[in-house]
Amino acid sequence: MADEIVLLSYWPSMFGMRVRVALAEKGLKYEYREEDLRNKSPLLLMMNPVHKKIPVLIHNGKPISESMIIVEYIDEVWNHKSPLLPTDPYQRAQARFWADYVDKKLFDIGKKIIWSTKGEEETGKKEFIECLKLLEGELGDNPYFGGENFGFVDVSLVTFSCWFHTYESYGNFSIETECPKLVAWTKRCLEKESVSSSLADPHKIHDFASGMRKRLGIE
Amino acid sequence: MAEEVKLFGKWISPFSRRIEVALKLKGVEYEYIEEDLFNKSPALLNYNPVHKKIPVLVHNGKPIAESLVIMEYIDETWKHNPILPIDPFEKAMARFWAKFIDDKFWAIWPAVKKAMTSGGEKEREEGIEEAQLHLNTLETQLKEKKFFGGERLGFVEISASLIIWVVVSQEVMGVEILTQEKFPALHKLTQKFVDDDVFKQCVPPWEPLVAYFKDQLGALAASK
Repeated sequence: MADEIVLLSYWPSMFGMRVRVALAEKGLKYEYREEDLRNKSPLLLMMNPVHKKIPVLIHNGKPISESMIIVEYIDEVWNHKSPLLPTDPYQRAQARFWADYVDKKLFDIGKKIIWSTKGEEETGKKEFIECLKLLEGELGDNPYFGGENFGFVDVSLVTFSCWFHTYESYGNFSIETECPKLVAWTKRCLEKESVSSSLADPHKIHDFASGMRKRLGIE
Repeated sequence: MAEEVKLFGKWISPFSRRIEVALKLKGVEYEYIEEDLFNKSPALLNYNPVHKKIPVLVHNGKPIAESLVIMEYIDETWKHNPILPIDPFEKAMARFWAKFIDDKFWAIWPAVKKAMTSGGEKEREEGIEEAQLHLNTLETQLKEKKFFGGERLGFVEISASLIIWVVVSQEVMGVEILTQEKFPALHKLTQKFVDDDVFKQCVPPWEPLVAYFKDQLGALAASK
């Protein structure tokens, strides 16, 4: 019986994009359903009643939520191709640690740059650059966070790259100037079909953010 | 070569306690190092430079931080007595609920602390109400799902043990937050952590824990 895979997501979400990258890495066919977050579908509410958030992966009718939990699930079920996590437990722990770090820090700090109404942009920018520098340090001279191969941490972070132009624009800084190796890594990742086909266009993201800011009365 | 396992922790921390439970369930011998969080050791800062927090597990010199990451590492390294399910979907569910519980705790605990340490009655009431709001979310999920209250101490149950810290705070303050009446499912779960011989391991000794928080409370009240 063929696998039935449905992804509920929202096109600007870097979290939703992570799942798309993982599915593409595994060469999986799936049905993509765009959610309107101001008018959530009954399916979304049913499949993620706890958080009512995207992304949600529905595999043969069973829902999984939380983007990196979904990515790990995909990696475990379709383990015959493009492994995202290494096999060694210590390296797996390091990968999970850094993906957790991206989750804990980047989104919330990034929000301060784009959506703040309290003058937090400068603090946000400083903290954001610090995080990216730490991550850049972790990358070192490896082509990917996964070492020679694109892996779990790469998936967790690369989807933020289509938002970089937006962070830079509102924070008035250049990520390439601050973290050239990291930007080189994003370009390397974008050479992969799984990444380029899953990430949103940075200019469309900027338009989206601009629209949101107007609605929030920031712009 | 003998295994060298060290755990940097704090006896009053539910996150540190989780790791001890996991190691004990696996029968792994370890050296425990109690950290003074107001005076962190150079070793801790060296092993967890990113967050500078406990718990940190050091296995043959290699450090792992973040309690849920450590628990997964323990489960993968010492494979007997599995803590996580084997089926990928069940595993994803376990990870989801553990994360949910952790996130809720970080909403509940500040509210509880506010209630514990505030001078005014109004602030105390506010803290209790806030805590109960989040407890209600946990209660609803616990009632509807079958992920905990199970017979075995697994990933989710071990994570859920931090609910006991709310119960401890009640005894410290002499107030009721997590009542049987309002939260029957949660109450039943907390009883397990108190009564059940296996589940009991998830919590430090009761009297010393209560005494510790009473001291803290006293110290804070005195400083106001």
